[in-house]
Amino acid sequence: MRLRIGVAAAIAAVAAMAMTPHSDARAEKVFRYATTGDILGLDPHSNNEGPTNTMKGNIYGKMLHRLPDLSLEPDLAVSWEVIDPNRWRFKLREGVTFHNGNPFTADDVVYSFKRQTQETSDMAFALATVADVEKVDEYTVDLITKGPDPILLLNMPNFYIMDKEWTEENNAFEVVRGAGKTNYPNVNANGTGPFMVEEWVQDNRVVLVPFDGYHSNDKIMSNFDKAVFTPIGNDATRVAALLSGEIDLMYPVPLQDIKRLESDPNTQALEGPELRTIFLGYDQYRDELLDMPGSGKNPFKDPRVRQAFHQAIDIEAIKRVVMRGASTPTGLMVAPGINGFMEDMNDRQPYDPDNAKALLAEAGYPDGFPVTFDCPNDRYVNDEAICTAVVPMLERIGIDVTLNAQTKSLHFNKIGKAEDNNTSFFMLGWTPGSYDSLNPLMQLMTLGKPGHGDWNSGRYTNPRVEELTEEIKTELDPEKRAALIREAFQIHKDDFGHLPLHQQALAWGVRSDTVEEVVQRPFNDVDLRYVKLK
Amino acid sequence: MFAFIVQRLFQAIFVMLAVALVSFTLFQFVGDPINNMMGQDATEEQREALRERLGLNDPVPVQFLRFVGNTVQGEFGLSYRVGKPVSELIAERLPATLELVAVSAVLALVVGVPMGIYTGLKRYSVVSRLFLTVSLVGISLPTFLIGILLILIFGVWLGWLPTFGRGGTVDLGLWQTSFLTLQGWSHLILPSITLALFQLTLIMRLVRAEMLEVLRTDYIKFARARGLRNRAINYGHALKNTLVPVITIMGLQIGSLLAFSIITETVFQWPGMGLLILQGIQFVDIPVMSSYLVLVALFFVIINLTVDLLYYAVDPRLRIERGPAGH
Repeated sequence: MRLRIGVAAAIAAVAAMAMTPHSDARAEKVFRYATTGDILGLDPHSNNEGPTNTMKGNIYGKMLHRLPDLSLEPDLAVSWEVIDPNRWRFKLREGVTFHNGNPFTADDVVYSFKRQTQETSDMAFALATVADVEKVDEYTVDLITKGPDPILLLNMPNFYIMDKEWTEENNAFEVVRGAGKTNYPNVNANGTGPFMVEEWVQDNRVVLVPFDGYHSNDKIMSNFDKAVFTPIGNDATRVAALLSGEIDLMYPVPLQDIKRLESDPNTQALEGPELRTIFLGYDQYRDELLDMPGSGKNPFKDPRVRQAFHQAIDIEAIKRVVMRGASTPTGLMVAPGINGFMEDMNDRQPYDPDNAKALLAEAGYPDGFPVTFDCPNDRYVNDEAICTAVVPMLERIGIDVTLNAQTKSLHFNKIGKAEDNNTSFFMLGWTPGSYDSLNPLMQLMTLGKPGHGDWNSGRYTNPRVEELTEEIKTELDPEKRAALIREAFQIHKDDFGHLPLHQQALAWGVRSDTVEEVVQRPFNDVDLRYVKLK
Repeated sequence: MFAFIVQRLFQAIFVMLAVALVSFTLFQFVGDPINNMMGQDATEEQREALRERLGLNDPVPVQFLRFVGNTVQGEFGLSYRVGKPVSELIAERLPATLELVAVSAVLALVVGVPMGIYTGLKRYSVVSRLFLTVSLVGISLPTFLIGILLILIFGVWLGWLPTFGRGGTVDLGLWQTSFLTLQGWSHLILPSITLALFQLTLIMRLVRAEMLEVLRTDYIKFARARGLRNRAINYGHALKNTLVPVITIMGLQIGSLLAFSIITETVFQWPGMGLLILQGIQFVDIPVMSSYLVLVALFFVIINLTVDLLYYAVDPRLRIERGPAGH
């Protein structure tokens, strides 16, 4: 009897509390969104990671801003001219203030340049070609490049401007990482961007409010009073939170849940292409394949073997079955939207296992050979599933594949320089941070010099591609430059230097009853400028 | 008594050192934190410099000794992920986990013990059979599945309770508590039920089995023969004697509540220690991982010590046996 009373009381209590979660009604307009992980920090110069960069872009002003269609518009720099090939003059926007009220001047640009180019700054790459920044007057600066730089402007959206006065007050010139002391700007922020940080509770929420003094408030779509960003790691929980209406937007939607969201009248799935290209690579450097000790042979040195692998892969089947349609098969190492992408070169060699077998036989491996396939299992959309699908496709042409799928920290360690590219066959994905083809040419397709080949884990090299890359670095004429990129990509393609697979699709889940409009850019992050609530 | 505690403390130090050593050895297999800390465009020189600065190039024994030295001074280091002191992170997270575990433990005890007594005393009633059948579900379904089912039913379908996170907390200075607001409690309900369910069924079955056993013993029969009232027999004599194993198991189970909270916290995005360590592992955040493991080892040591002391309170025989030797 007493027990029954207890149960009744418990039910009553549950019912009473049921009122609370939805009772903090939208007196003010709050936009709540969630993704898998938290940002790495607020310091604009410390980390270089997609979601973190986008959050920094909500808060900090940059020289230029990248629009959703990837074109550039003025942010803190309003106009620019090339005075001589190595000197660019930027006019700065006047009357801009930081969130704390400090005025923005040329001194802040000079200071930010010095801060961002420190060795500890992970954003230093964006200014690697800049030798110095000189103040001309309060609202004019010169960027002096180390050599002619055709893509200087493309890197300007990654040049984040901090307030000199605020940073110095907090003794935070140094970009501190992982040792010694906490980096003050990593947990506090003061930018010129459209949103201010109200609160950041790590792994819990980032709360942003609009900055009334933002210089271009008339140009942005957003109309909320507050935005709350919440990391929710578990896929099912994230979907449930959207379905229950506790959040307004979340990404990524697990591919199997897209239909579920589409079928609910209050939610919809927003899909679009992403800029990241997923590809496979082969070791073309070692004289002996890691999996064939004692043989003295490395089959991947023969382009016919690489072509055989390419033709053995049924990319449409991967798209249909593994990716549930949410991928764009590709023949190039860059995605549409990247400077240097050419539609007419984006075709793949046809799927043809018979020809693949013939090529293997021609190359001297009629019975195939053993190879270990290194694959991440928590980095890209369905990464392990793609690899699992590739294994039988290769076995069909006689290759004896051992799949080694593991967590990203181990995977990248194994295929990267930390373990001396300890791989024969691997999966990797790449988005050029500069949105230009030079970046993959340097990082993935060339070798040897500093800044080259850091993730060229198969150590592909071709003397002509190396030459072309050097020319592309400094060629200022856009047409000539495009022709050089075309030639380099064609050689790499004919060499079967890598095996491009696809660009994965973005999938966002949106509450259609609260969100009026949200613009999906081809990276997997929300720029709050482009969010409009009902 | 005092000697006993001192002896236990010495054991504890060895346990903690062993845990620290084992965990440090394991860290060599979780990968390189540098790849998570540096973006794809960082140069090899930058990576190498960071590795050097973090002391990752030192031999493992050196890293281990440095860690032990710092920990003894109460210095847990800085998290690699955001660069905040680990002690600060733990102080933020610990209240969330402890409150969740406390509510779950209380729930398991307050519901589990009476259910156990009831099913023990009225073995053949319909309600007892129902309890036992339902408890099978609690024991056999994995925690994450229960959590997701509860989210689906109470969060998505009925819309009664929040599906994730911790809300409505009140800041008491060092401690953020959910206990003071209705919203705080509403966020606690689903995760604590999820976490408690397994322990609850375990305790119920344990109490039931013990009750059945004790009720068969001679002294209960004699008590009945003496004409004591049922209430006195069942609660005064039988229940008291079933409690020793229940305390042992509950002590151990509080430890596993802390451990299981990793899964529950992941499912509910509960911002506690479990979530912290999980994200730490994914990021290869060595300072967070090592501090967490040492802290959990400390919890287990304290819990076991407490359980040992509780035996003294409950079981008079122990007091006599450990007393000054007279015979």
